[in-house]
Formats: sequence, C-alpha cells, structure tokens
Amino acid sequence: MTVPITVNGAPAELPAGATVAVLVAERSGGHDRVAVARNGDVVPRSSWATTELSPGDRLEVLAPTAGG
Amino acid sequence: MSSTTPTPPDELAPALAHEEATDPFTIAGQTFTSRLVLGTGGLPSLEVLERVVRASGTQLVTVALRRVEAVPGGSMLEVLERCGVRLLPNTAGCMTAREAVLAARLGREAFGTDWVKLEVIGDEVTLLPDAVELVDAAEQLVAEGFTVLPYTTDDPVLGRRLADVGCAAIMPLGSPIGSGLGIRNPHSIALLREAVDVPVVLDAGIGTASDAALAMELGCDAVLLASAVTRARDPERMALAMRQAVEGGRLAHGAGRIPRRWHAQASTAMQGRPELG
Repeated sequence: MTVPITVNGAPAELPAGATVAVLVAERSGGHDRVAVARNGDVVPRSSWATTELSPGDRLEVLAPTAGG
Repeated sequence: MSSTTPTPPDELAPALAHEEATDPFTIAGQTFTSRLVLGTGGLPSLEVLERVVRASGTQLVTVALRRVEAVPGGSMLEVLERCGVRLLPNTAGCMTAREAVLAARLGREAFGTDWVKLEVIGDEVTLLPDAVELVDAAEQLVAEGFTVLPYTTDDPVLGRRLADVGCAAIMPLGSPIGSGLGIRNPHSIALLREAVDVPVVLDAGIGTASDAALAMELGCDAVLLASAVTRARDPERMALAMRQAVEGGRLAHGAGRIPRRWHAQASTAMQGRPELG
C-alpha cells in the first residue's frame, strides 16, 4: 500500500502510514533548517513525526537559499 | 613659524566620520550601526558571499526559501552566522497575500525569526508590488506577530497605509528590482520619508554607489540592495563602495546641503579684491 502525493509539484508515492518526517528524511538532500508546507499550511518541525500523509496531499519541502 | 604642532587631518576626520556615519538606527527595537542591508541572491559561491558580507559591513541580510532540489549544497547559513548578521527572510515571487503569508510562516519556521521582508509582486515584467495584496498580507502578518518590512512603491500614501497597519519599516523602490536605474523619483522618496514615523529603507533599483548615497541624502534610514553588488564585475569592491556611499550620504544628510542656486555665488570674497588689470 502506498500513498499518492505531490511533492514540490511532482507526483510521488510513499508507504502507507508515512509521516512528514519520513518525507523530509527522503527529500531534504542534506539541507538543514528545512521547512514544510502541506496543503497550504506550515507543518511545524515539532509535528513532522506525528503528521501522517494522506492521499492527494500537496507538499512543499523547502530549504534556505540566497535571495534579494 | 608657530610652535603649535598641527593635528594631522587624518587623526580628526575619521574619528568624526566614524561616529557620525555609524550613528545607529532601530527597527522594531533592534539597533543597527550599519545602514546597508544586503540581499544575497546572485553570487557565484559561498566564499564570495562571505567576502561581500564582510566588505559591506552589513548587519542584516535577506535570505529566501526554495524547493530543496533547486537549492545548491553548502551551508549558506553557517557563513552568515559566522559573519554575525541578522537574517531577514523574504517572500520573493509571491503574487497574492495568501501566498506571501504562507511564505512568511515558512520563513519563520526555517530561520527562527519573525522578521520578514514582505514582497507581493503584481506583475512579472516589472516586478512592481501589488498594493492591495501587499496591505492585506502586511495586516495579517502583523496580527500574527511578525515584524513586517514591506517592499513597496514610492507612493507616500501607500507607505502611510503600510505604517498604519503596523509595519516596522517601509521599503520603497527607487526603480524596478534589478534594473539598476537608480532613484527615478527622488521627490517621492523624500515625501514618503516625511509621511511615516517608522524607518524608511530604500529597496530596489540601486545601480551604483551614487544611487545609494542619494537615498541617504534624501533622508532614508538605510539602503537595501542586492544585484548592484552581486552582479557587479567585482562584487567585493562594490560592496565596499556601497558601504562608503551609504556612510557618505548619511553624513551629507546630517550636514545639511547648500540650497541650489540658479546663478553662481563666489566663495572667495570680492571685498579686498586687488586691481590686477
């Protein structure tokens, strides 16, 4: 069983029951201070481990970068 | 010959210049002695970033959030922490109040600060702010406890509306972002400075050092620039130029410029002029 979701604009699948913490571990690419939005709301770091992904969730996994 | 030992000008002037040019200003209770705010986008490496930040003397730099796969490796934040600067997350690229509010919340989560450079862009060609969405977003973010520094037009009335909803500073453009066209309407910037009680930070359009000096001469409290330094042929040298321009402009503003005159006015007295013809 997998959960179909959208991550940073592209379709993705994670095992059923996966949390935001699992997603971040898979996607953060070594970046720290990552921030996550789920369906238009911030998922605070303190909730990553307890926030289970649902089918159709739209996630943004973001990292600090330079900007003006 | 007088026996008094003259004081070399080098010993007097820099002391005065340093004291005057670094007179502090405050945003939301945070005091800065550097009046140059630096945007970090567009530099080739973290090494250059560090040299530029140090040369500029800045104490406040803007940063952004982007999708992880688009962000280069290396820890920019480590470099900035080593430089001892405060972070100002931006909402660059947002086109609605809803997007900008979420971007600000994400910035607070990632960077651990409730300061935000609020950008709500209304047009991808000019990157000019969308006034209606901007005020809406500013009002929401102030209510959520953010320290909001909005990037806005040079309209004094809009600036006052942003101050009225509780923004901690107003950041008018001199000309469109990255255009390097300088300050297209100096009169409007000066009017905006008069119209609000919070700090005014000239943001966007700076092309070279004289533009930054003009902003300060017009009474702005600080200058925010990115491209003028990061896209210069020698970013570190331009960062130093901007630092000195901001200090020079601040000094000139405090010193009080002479009024403009239509005709010449001799500085050497005519009284006692010899007949040499």
